[in-house]
Amino acid sequence: MSSHQTEVLSTAERVNRSLKRRYAAERRFRFYGLASILVALVFLVILLGSIFFTAIPAFQKSYIGLNVTFDAETLGIENIEASNAFLTADYDAVIKAALRQRFPDVSSRSEKRTLYSTISVGGTYQLADMLQAQPELLNTTQFVWLTADDEIDGYFKGKIDISAPESERRIKDNQIAWLESLKANGEVKKGFNWTFLTAGDSREPELAGIRSALTGSFLTLLITLLLSFPLGVAAAIYLEEFAPKNRWTDLIEVNINNLAAVPSIVFGLLGLAVFINFFGLPRSAPIVGGLVLTLMTLPTVIIASRASIQSVPPSIREAALGVGASAMQTVLHHVLPLALPGMLTGTIIGMARALGETAPLLMIGMVAFIVETPQGIFDPSTALPVQIYLWTDSPERAFSELTAAAIIVLLLFLVSMNLLAVLLRRKFERRW
Amino acid sequence: MQKSVSIEQPVMDNMQPAKSIMVQSSKDTDFEFTGTVGNIAAANPRMVTRNVDVFYGEKQAIFDVSLDIGTNEVIAMIGPSGCGKSTFIRCLNRMNDTIESCKVSGEIRLDDKSIYRKKQDVVQLRARVGMVFQKPNPFPKSVYDNVAYGVRIHGLASNKMELEEIVVSSLRRAGLWDEVKDRLDAPGTSLSGGQQQRLCIARTIAVNPEVILMDEPCSALDPIATARIEELIDELRENYTIAIVTHSMQQAARVSQRTAYFHLGYLVEVGETSQVFTNPAHKLTEDYITGRFG
Repeated sequence: MSSHQTEVLSTAERVNRSLKRRYAAERRFRFYGLASILVALVFLVILLGSIFFTAIPAFQKSYIGLNVTFDAETLGIENIEASNAFLTADYDAVIKAALRQRFPDVSSRSEKRTLYSTISVGGTYQLADMLQAQPELLNTTQFVWLTADDEIDGYFKGKIDISAPESERRIKDNQIAWLESLKANGEVKKGFNWTFLTAGDSREPELAGIRSALTGSFLTLLITLLLSFPLGVAAAIYLEEFAPKNRWTDLIEVNINNLAAVPSIVFGLLGLAVFINFFGLPRSAPIVGGLVLTLMTLPTVIIASRASIQSVPPSIREAALGVGASAMQTVLHHVLPLALPGMLTGTIIGMARALGETAPLLMIGMVAFIVETPQGIFDPSTALPVQIYLWTDSPERAFSELTAAAIIVLLLFLVSMNLLAVLLRRKFERRW
Repeated sequence: MQKSVSIEQPVMDNMQPAKSIMVQSSKDTDFEFTGTVGNIAAANPRMVTRNVDVFYGEKQAIFDVSLDIGTNEVIAMIGPSGCGKSTFIRCLNRMNDTIESCKVSGEIRLDDKSIYRKKQDVVQLRARVGMVFQKPNPFPKSVYDNVAYGVRIHGLASNKMELEEIVVSSLRRAGLWDEVKDRLDAPGTSLSGGQQQRLCIARTIAVNPEVILMDEPCSALDPIATARIEELIDELRENYTIAIVTHSMQQAARVSQRTAYFHLGYLVEVGETSQVFTNPAHKLTEDYITGRFG
């Protein structure tokens, strides 16, 4: 009897029986998906968190206040009228005198040398700028905040473990005594590290900044964008809309797809051989960097543009051709506007990749130590990722913080570029 | 080419039963093309086609079709799926040029000049022979710009006033004016399906073509929208020559003066619509219009 009933209800019951299993499978699958997203998120948080926390100290900088006497004799200024009088003056001597005056007990030569290293070499430039701006300060005494040396800065930021034996510390006991006395007298302050944003590279971490690298990256990317977007879009339009389908276009297509997967350093070698050695363009210049990154970005732009042209419904082309638009008008009036958002997305993806690229830039000499901010596309410059690479190579402790800070700037650059892409896409999409 | 084959294959598979019936029926009647039945000539021909063959690569889609399209007449092309009626109509304004593997031979004349001659400019041809497609395909622009587009690219209006007049009169003739006069700036794609198709018709007549080709213009529309379009076709006949492809035999009977029946790429029968539908001369035509297959 019961077997008979299962026969009658077989479909419904069978479905019911399988339902439990099916829903369990669905729940399991959802759990896997959620778990993988959580794992990814955790790693992202760890990555960003570690970069962020390493970078925070780099945005702050210690200053030491000193009563500096701009004594003409100590400065070695004989003729104030001389045009370079303030440029060639010996500011180092003034700082040393101020330090000696602040710590009169320091007498031995080695102790004096240690004392002098408290102030960064940048202090002399600070004083020079000051005196040049206000010549009337000559032969007066001024209270000046001078940049502290990176080791001293590290001490104030708590980076030095003072419980370690003195011989294993970069900061000795006598220095600690001086610094604590400065601190107690309110002659130490911390301020925002503007140098990081306004200066070029330097061997001294407290004087190093990303301005030249940022400018270099900006100029390089500008050239990449100006070349790869029009070239890529034109190539994509030709291949999609005009090129006859034959063996040659197939060959070109395969090669473009392959180029997208070529390691970037190969493009660097090509750039070195062609642009620098053959065409004689300057080394380590944004123009060459931009050209090399254009070669690297073009396949990405072309592939993305072709995909977005293909996604334009053929009925739109038929409609335009049907009212008598020429092939060119069909493309310019209808296909291109509809494909533009996708093209922009592809271009930004390519640009983002170009922004983070280091290897090809190493090959064309953009790895140089550049202090000056490049003024044009032919000036020597470096790029942000290369600057990061250079800093990680430096022995000074404070450079690791600068590296993290530069990575944050690079990420901000990327985020703002992507944001711009999203805004542009919205703007163009709204019209349709 | 490979792509199209791979797409066609499963479709053919799906249609196996229908196809076998079709083949059977043609076997029943011993279908062997012996020439078009009926009078292919029109009294006052605007377009003349003679011995037209169309190939898609190796495959022949149209066999030796000769047909006149008379001035100010509506000629309907009917026939089962894949019989070549759309292919034929697309030859009349060279829309097939866009398909690379497509080769057309034979003679197609518009006002006694071959449209496939070397000197014929295809842009000029399409301005003279307009087309309305199966699926409404307005541009993703405003209603106004949709209608104005053809006028603008051909430079048919000398100033803004004139352009506006053309747009308004085209929308009026397409029977759309009252529905869209308050929202000419709205995107054409925001209209309903039937309105979109009438917008496409307005866009076509704005260029003032001599011939309008319609490729199943009502197949995506509901009966009320279809009725409006049919009315419109009847009105347009006064000024234009219209060739319409349709799957609906009632529609062919309602709107056309002449009807051409296509079968497997052959033009089987052509004649006055009333005569074709009441007294078909060919067995295949009779089978089709009585619903035996198709």
